[in-house]
Amino acid sequence: MRTEPIADASGTPIPVARTLHWGRWLAAAVASAVVGWLVYLVVVNPRLDWGKVAEYLFNDRILDGVWVTVEISVLATVLGLVLGVVIAIMRLSHNPVLSWLATLYIWFFRGTPVLVQLIFWYNLAFLFPELVLKIPFTTIGLKWDTNQVMTGFTSAMLGLGLNLAAYFAETVRAGIQAVDHGQTEAAYALGMTPAKRMRVIVLPQALRIIIPPTGNEFISMLKTTSLVYVVAGHDLMTNASQIYKTNNLIMELLIVASLWYMLMTAVSTFLQGRLERRFGSEAVRLVRGGGLAARILPKAAA
Amino acid sequence: MSAAGEQVVRASGVRMGYGDVQVLNGVDFTVAAGEVSCVIGPSGSGKSTFLRCLNGLETVLGGSLRVLGEEVGHTLRDGRYRPWTPKEFAAFRRNIGMVFQRFNLFAHHSALENVACGPVHVLGTPQDRARSLAMEHLERVGLADHAHKRPHQLSGGQQQRVAIARALAMNPALMLFDEPTSALDPELVDEVLEVMKGLAAEGMTMVVVTHEIAFAREVGDWLTFFADGVIVERGRPRELLANPGHERTRAFLSSVLSSKERQES
Repeated sequence: MRTEPIADASGTPIPVARTLHWGRWLAAAVASAVVGWLVYLVVVNPRLDWGKVAEYLFNDRILDGVWVTVEISVLATVLGLVLGVVIAIMRLSHNPVLSWLATLYIWFFRGTPVLVQLIFWYNLAFLFPELVLKIPFTTIGLKWDTNQVMTGFTSAMLGLGLNLAAYFAETVRAGIQAVDHGQTEAAYALGMTPAKRMRVIVLPQALRIIIPPTGNEFISMLKTTSLVYVVAGHDLMTNASQIYKTNNLIMELLIVASLWYMLMTAVSTFLQGRLERRFGSEAVRLVRGGGLAARILPKAAA
Repeated sequence: MSAAGEQVVRASGVRMGYGDVQVLNGVDFTVAAGEVSCVIGPSGSGKSTFLRCLNGLETVLGGSLRVLGEEVGHTLRDGRYRPWTPKEFAAFRRNIGMVFQRFNLFAHHSALENVACGPVHVLGTPQDRARSLAMEHLERVGLADHAHKRPHQLSGGQQQRVAIARALAMNPALMLFDEPTSALDPELVDEVLEVMKGLAAEGMTMVVVTHEIAFAREVGDWLTFFADGVIVERGRPRELLANPGHERTRAFLSSVLSSKERQES
């Protein structure tokens, strides 16, 4: 917007008028009124006991649940990322069987609801009462009771991790394929083997594309863990629901859980920003554009 | 490096194609050690494809192609030609440098790291040694001051000189150039050609696919004209340019040469 006066033919500066965005003011006023009214209805609702929200916010079981949620999220994400890279490389392999198996894996885990997968792992004992790891045709090996291994925690980690791997494999594949083929040719021309080319030239460049979405995957995972309550994984949602089932303070405990999920998301979003600054190319930031702060304070953000 | 006069490339009846499309239709071509062989021809004539066959980036479908004493892609054992494994291809390519039209510098590495990359990851040269050697190669192409810049911070001509240094760092017995100046702004062409002239003067064996007729005339020992997947004619550059034997060659040359260049030849 121009603020500097414009000189007319005789050189006299004539000021530039300010544009008044009447439409913008009106839309902003209507939207604020609607949102404010909704918030007001909830906040002043006599049936909602804010004292209880404050009381349960730092309840021991809630805090334990937060910790378990973080643990499950981190472990499932790590499992998903590692397995996802392996499946992506299988998918791109020249070996038709490996490629087909990877496609099948992705189809299966993206094609069935996470909830079904969680319940499946939790009830694995119906199919395999014992898990046996032994050298074939001998008696040397280890044996576990499936019900003891497949606790709510492990089935949650396994179910969420295997599911994430399927989605992440597609992200990795896209990242690898986005690296210009000329890089591969130059690597081969220098005398690199296909494996070395992948490790030294292609994957490091694909990381720039792959890493930013992993932040999203993790944030999404934090909240997907709430499904774990169906297998009693002692995560935040499980514990919150167990409390409200006994005292009937459903809304209060949902608010407590939501506040914690929002805090975890905020922390992860901050870390994701750091990660993107570290690995993300300019392109990533250009596509996403500046945040709200950058638009309000363009100079401060620049 | 091979002894002078020894054959580095010997192609006879090389055929190559994709599906039903024949790209190379029986190419006979030789390069002796220390020679600079320039290849010209209209786009789609198969000249770049042929160059890419020389280091096995493309697979020959028929005929025989011997480079640096080996049948490219196959080893004769127990009376049969066994196809190479990826490892054998990699070992073969170590001795052949290649420079691409679009540079293909490794985008995540600095100029210095690009040049050191081959020695470190392919030859197992220790980092320190590889970096000091890389610095020498960058000095040779006049880019020591730009060693720590990323490819996108360099001009096209500078990128192509880094690409040449990267290929030279492997100490190749043969250098392949695939239209090295075609993607450059006109004012940047000469700095790349100068580096190539220097290499030729040092006796490097080179195959250069190019549209730079003046370079071919000045530096080339041989000039080959490709069209429709075959070699139309081949000769000493000055003779061939002054007196092309085929109508096809004449038509091509008159379309690429300015009138001034034609008077010179």
